[in-house]
Amino acid sequence: MMMRRKMVLRVVSKLLIPFILLFALYVQWHGDFGPGGGFQAGVIFASAFVLYGLIFGLGTLRTALPSWLTRLVLAAGVLLYAGVGVASLMLGGNFLDYDVLAHNPLHGQHYGIILVEFGVGLTVFAGIITIFCAFAGRAAADVNPSEPEQAGDTGND
Amino acid sequence: MIEYAFPGLLNYWIVFLLMMIGLYIVIAHENLIKKIVGLNVFQVSVFVFYISMAKIKGGTAPILADGIEVYSNPLPHVLILTAIVVGVATTALGLALVVRIQESFGTIEDDEVREKEEQDK
Amino acid sequence: MNIEIITSDLLEVATLVIMGITGLAIARIRNLFAVVMLSGIYSLMGATLYVILDAVDVAFTEAAVGAGASTVLMIGTLALTSDRELATPNARTVKGIFVCTLIFAALVYGSFDMPLYGDPLAPVHQHVAPRYLGESMGEIGLPNVVTSVLASYRGYDTMGETFVIFTAAVGVITLIGRARRKKSGKDGGSGS
Repeated sequence: MMMRRKMVLRVVSKLLIPFILLFALYVQWHGDFGPGGGFQAGVIFASAFVLYGLIFGLGTLRTALPSWLTRLVLAAGVLLYAGVGVASLMLGGNFLDYDVLAHNPLHGQHYGIILVEFGVGLTVFAGIITIFCAFAGRAAADVNPSEPEQAGDTGND
Repeated sequence: MIEYAFPGLLNYWIVFLLMMIGLYIVIAHENLIKKIVGLNVFQVSVFVFYISMAKIKGGTAPILADGIEVYSNPLPHVLILTAIVVGVATTALGLALVVRIQESFGTIEDDEVREKEEQDK
Repeated sequence: MNIEIITSDLLEVATLVIMGITGLAIARIRNLFAVVMLSGIYSLMGATLYVILDAVDVAFTEAAVGAGASTVLMIGTLALTSDRELATPNARTVKGIFVCTLIFAALVYGSFDMPLYGDPLAPVHQHVAPRYLGESMGEIGLPNVVTSVLASYRGYDTMGETFVIFTAAVGVITLIGRARRKKSGKDGGSGS
């Protein structure tokens, strides 16, 4: 019922979302050379999904991006960051000392920074989605108090 | 020294004024959402203060390129970049607490919440 | 002192004044929806200012996080609470203005010891930053110094920030992640 009324929004957002995702990826991987990096890319990547959730409803968003997945990504980002630190320990350097990650220090630094920024991006992305879904899930539970089970499912995160 | 006469300290003073607007909203208003907005205003003002200390007149953004001599100080940029992200994390947590307060007390006005707590005792 | 520098200084002060007007409007207006939108504008003006002050990475973050994400979260909260604020009693306003004026005076007094805006001889520019700007190309090999410092020189710091995001998300799940139980207790929703 709500969906049919928002024709313009639906069409425009469907057109926009791929470009937002592409831009987020650009910001993520080009952050070493221009402005950008994991923090910004994570938020932009999440904003595409937030837009999707706002237009098509939280249930649809949760089908595309189930809560177990966002929780996994949330933890995976932090673990990737700390894992790079542990890897450099294992290879004989200090914690988070990327010099030892490759045969020459400059390449090691590049690998280290790219991995670490990717970890930051993952966590920020999943964090924003998680927080947004928690708030939106509460609102959904307010609208349908008669269906606590279903509201529990959508708000489950 | 005459080159740095304008704005001199003037922009710091305006930033102090912005900080005080934020502080005023936090301490004088009872509404919890307004308090969080005030906290955000205060926070952004502190960030502006930090970043304006990093600026060097005639400098450019700290992205290394040929033919550029003067760069602004990158260190405060790094500190504030991470502080912004922590800021949104704390804002989210604060707003979640506001939602729980609304559900428990039926109001988000601080004085009414305290009144109800007194009655419950 | 060329025209470019004067323009950027004027722009900076003008942006600060606009931020001040927005801040005053936030303090005065009692419709919380308008307040939240104005706080988004305030953040966006802050991002504009960071571009003028050469902090492009910070501006990017502020525009995405401060103006985007937190505005969405605040509107989400408004949907769950009310969007009207009760009037502030006059006595409280007077007290608040009094306290803020005192602190403002103290801050201005303190500012006389600060170096002037844009002075390249300020102590803050003498110690660590020249090393980052001078050596990072040879040590890290990336043109964006902010990324080098963020991810490599100060990697511990950034790891801590990532953990903060993780903790905040877990905290929000704990607080409001689960739908609340139907009127079983006064609040409900804890655990389940």
